[in-house]
Amino acid sequence: MTTTTTRAAKKAVPESRYVPEDGLLLDVEDLHVEFHTADGIAKAINGVSFQLRQGETLAILGESGSGKSVTAQAIMGILDMPPAVIPEGKIRYCGQDLLTMDPEVRRKTRGPEISMIFQDALSSLNPVFPVGWQIAEMFRQHRELNKSDAMNEAVRLMERVQIPAARERVKAYPHQFSGGMRQRIMIAMAIALDPAVLIADEPTTALDVTVQAQIMALLEELQEERKMGLILITHDLGVVADVADRIAVMYAGRLVETADILPLYASPAHPYTRGLLESIPRLDQKGQTLAAIGGLPPNLMRIPQGCAFNPRCRMAQDICRQDRPELREIVSGRFSACHFAEEVIDA
Amino acid sequence: MPEVILEAKDLVKHYPIKTGIMRRTTGHVKAVDGVSFELHKGETLGIVGESGCGKSTLGRLIMRLEEPTAGEVVFEGLEMQKASTGDMRKLRRDIQIVFQDPYTSLNPRMTVGDIIGEPFEIHSEVVPKGGRRQRVQELLDLVGLNPEHINRYPHQFSGGQRQRIGIARGIALNPKVLVCDEPVSALDVSVQAQVVNLMEKLQDELGLAYIFIAHDLSVVRHISDRVGVMYLGKMAELGTEDEVYEHPTHPYTQALLSAVPVPDPTLRGKREQIVLVGDVPSPANPPKGCRFHTRCWKAQEKCKVEEPQLIDRPDGQGAHRSACHFAELRTIVETVDVTQVEPDDRFAGTDVRDPSDAEAAADVPAPESVNEHVAQDRNLPGDATTMVQNDEGAPDRREI
Repeated sequence: MTTTTTRAAKKAVPESRYVPEDGLLLDVEDLHVEFHTADGIAKAINGVSFQLRQGETLAILGESGSGKSVTAQAIMGILDMPPAVIPEGKIRYCGQDLLTMDPEVRRKTRGPEISMIFQDALSSLNPVFPVGWQIAEMFRQHRELNKSDAMNEAVRLMERVQIPAARERVKAYPHQFSGGMRQRIMIAMAIALDPAVLIADEPTTALDVTVQAQIMALLEELQEERKMGLILITHDLGVVADVADRIAVMYAGRLVETADILPLYASPAHPYTRGLLESIPRLDQKGQTLAAIGGLPPNLMRIPQGCAFNPRCRMAQDICRQDRPELREIVSGRFSACHFAEEVIDA
Repeated sequence: MPEVILEAKDLVKHYPIKTGIMRRTTGHVKAVDGVSFELHKGETLGIVGESGCGKSTLGRLIMRLEEPTAGEVVFEGLEMQKASTGDMRKLRRDIQIVFQDPYTSLNPRMTVGDIIGEPFEIHSEVVPKGGRRQRVQELLDLVGLNPEHINRYPHQFSGGQRQRIGIARGIALNPKVLVCDEPVSALDVSVQAQVVNLMEKLQDELGLAYIFIAHDLSVVRHISDRVGVMYLGKMAELGTEDEVYEHPTHPYTQALLSAVPVPDPTLRGKREQIVLVGDVPSPANPPKGCRFHTRCWKAQEKCKVEEPQLIDRPDGQGAHRSACHFAELRTIVETVDVTQVEPDDRFAGTDVRDPSDAEAAADVPAPESVNEHVAQDRNLPGDATTMVQNDEGAPDRREI
C-alpha cells in the first residue's frame, strides 16, 4: 500500500531513482566554490572532481579550511548563496546536473536521493519538537503519509538505529538524549527515505571513542544493507583506515591525492599525505618520534602561487612555486597533484 | 623512580543539584569521587577518560581552582587545603595550568606581552620590573614564537600559535608542575604534532612534571610515562604507559583501547573490537558497587554490591593498580616498538619552532590597521584601558 503512495509522491523526482548500470551515482566535475565577503573573495574549492559509485565508501580527508565540508554542502545544495557562489562546475546525480536543476525539483531530491548527517547533532535537531515528530516529518513531507503512519515509521527507524525503548522515547525531545543517541536520531532521519547517497560530515568528531565505534559500526551496517554510496568527511586518519574504500585528500580547496585505501596508506604519493601520516601519534606504537609538517594551511583569500602546499613542503623546488601541479595518474588508479609524485611514492 | 612531588589523596568533588524555588539541594553530581595518585618529579602523568568522567574537575582540584569536598592534595609535603594564604600564594607559582581552548583562554584585549607577563604582576618577586619585557621575549623564543611579536594581539595568531602563548604563560613562573587540560584537542592534526613536540622539549629543558589530561588515547600514550584511566569520577586503572597499553587488566581500559581507530587499513577486521553497550550513566546517580558493572561483559553479583579497590593486581608480567574484582590481562593493542625508527625528514620534521612565522607575518593585517582597530575600541564606553585593569583585578584571572 505504501509503495503506491511512494511512487505517486515521488513522480516529481526525475528518473534519478534508476541507478545507471555502471553504478555511478555521483559525478562531481571541476567544482569551484567562492565566498564573497567584505574582506575579499575566499576560494574555498578550486576545481574538485570525483565520482561515487553504489555501495562505495569514499572518504574526503582534510584539515579545517581544506574545503571538505563546503564540498558536502555544495552537493547537498545547502550553501548560503550569497555569500557562496559556484562559478564553475557540475554535480551530476545519476546523470542529471543538480546545479542547473529547478530548485523545487532539487529540493525533492534531498532525503529520498541524497541525504546528510552533520557533526553536531544537538544543533542540527530542532529543540522544540519531539524527535519522533522530526523523523516522521520526512514521511509526511516526501511520502504524504498521515500522522499516525508516519509516527509508526519513525518508531521503526528508531528501532533500526538501535535506540532502546524506541516506542516510549519517540515523544522525547533532543535534549533528553545523550550525544551518541542524538547522532543515531540524525542517522534515522537521514536514512528514512532510503537515499542512494549518504554524506556524513564528521559524524563522530564530537563523540567519545566508545560511542564513535558504535556509530561507525551502525553506519557500516546500514550501508551494507541498503547499498548506499557513502561520503565520509573527516580529519581522522584512523577512522578512514577502518571504513573507507577510497580516499580523497583535500588541501586548500583541491584534491591533492586520491587512491584506494590500502595503497594510499602503504605509500602515499603526495608529500602532504605523507607528512600527515608521520605526524599522528599511533596507539599501537611506542617510542615513536613525532614529526610535524610545520606551518599552517594557507589563508583561502591568498592561496600561494604554484602548488598551494609549497610553503610547507620540504621537497619544494622552484617549479612548485611557479606551476600548479594538476591531479594526474601516477600508477593505475592512483592520482596525485605533485610534481615529484613518483619520488614521493617510492620514498 | 624520582621523588614524589605531588600527591592526591582520596580527592572528592561533589556539586550540589539545586531544585525548586527554595533552591534546596536534592542530590549531588559526583564529578570526582575518591581519586588518589602520585606525580613524580619530571614525569608526565596522562589522565584519560570519556567526557563526564571527571578528568577536568580533577585538574581544577589539583590547581585548587575548586575546593575539594573531601580529600587533599599534597605538594612537596605541604597539604594544600590547610596551607595559609601566604603559603598558598607561593605555591601557586609552582603549579600552573594550560587550558584546552586557545581561543577563549587568552584575553583578546591584551597583547601577548601583557598576557605572558601578567603572572609577574602578581608574583613580582620572580622577575624585577625592568626585566619583564625581556623575560617575556625569552619565553616567546622558548615556545618557538618570534619574540618580535610581543605587541601583537591573540587574534593575529593561529590556533597552534595561541596554544604556544598559553604554554608560555603557563611556564612563566618556572613552575614544577604544569596541568594541561586537553592542550591539543582543539588543534588540527598537522599542528598537534608541533605542540606535542614542543611540550616534550620544554619538559626536558625545564624538568617540568606534566599532568596531561586528554581524551585521545594515542596522544596520551605518546607523551605519558604513566597513565590513569578514569571512569565516572573514579580511577579504573593506573600504571606505566606499558602496563596500561600493553597489559590492560580493567575491562573498561580494554574496551576503550579496542575502540580507538588505528591509521592502518591492513589491520581492518583483524583488531579485536569490544563494543560497549549503552552510554555512561549519570554521575548524579552512579551505579552501586563497581561503576562500570552496567556496561561490563564480565559483571557478576559481586560487582553490583562490592566496590573494587584500586590496588595492585597481576597483569601477566608484574602487577599494577586496577579497580576490578576480575582483573585479568587481555592484550588489545599489538604494540610495535619504533624507538629506532626516525621519521622521514623529507616530509616532516621534529623541529619545534613555529615555522609559520614568515607566512603569519604576511597573513595578518598590518600593524597600523590593528592599532586603528584598538583605537576604535577605546572610543567605546567603558574604554579598553579600564577593561584591562578590571581583568587584572578579577579574582579568577589571578588564580591562573
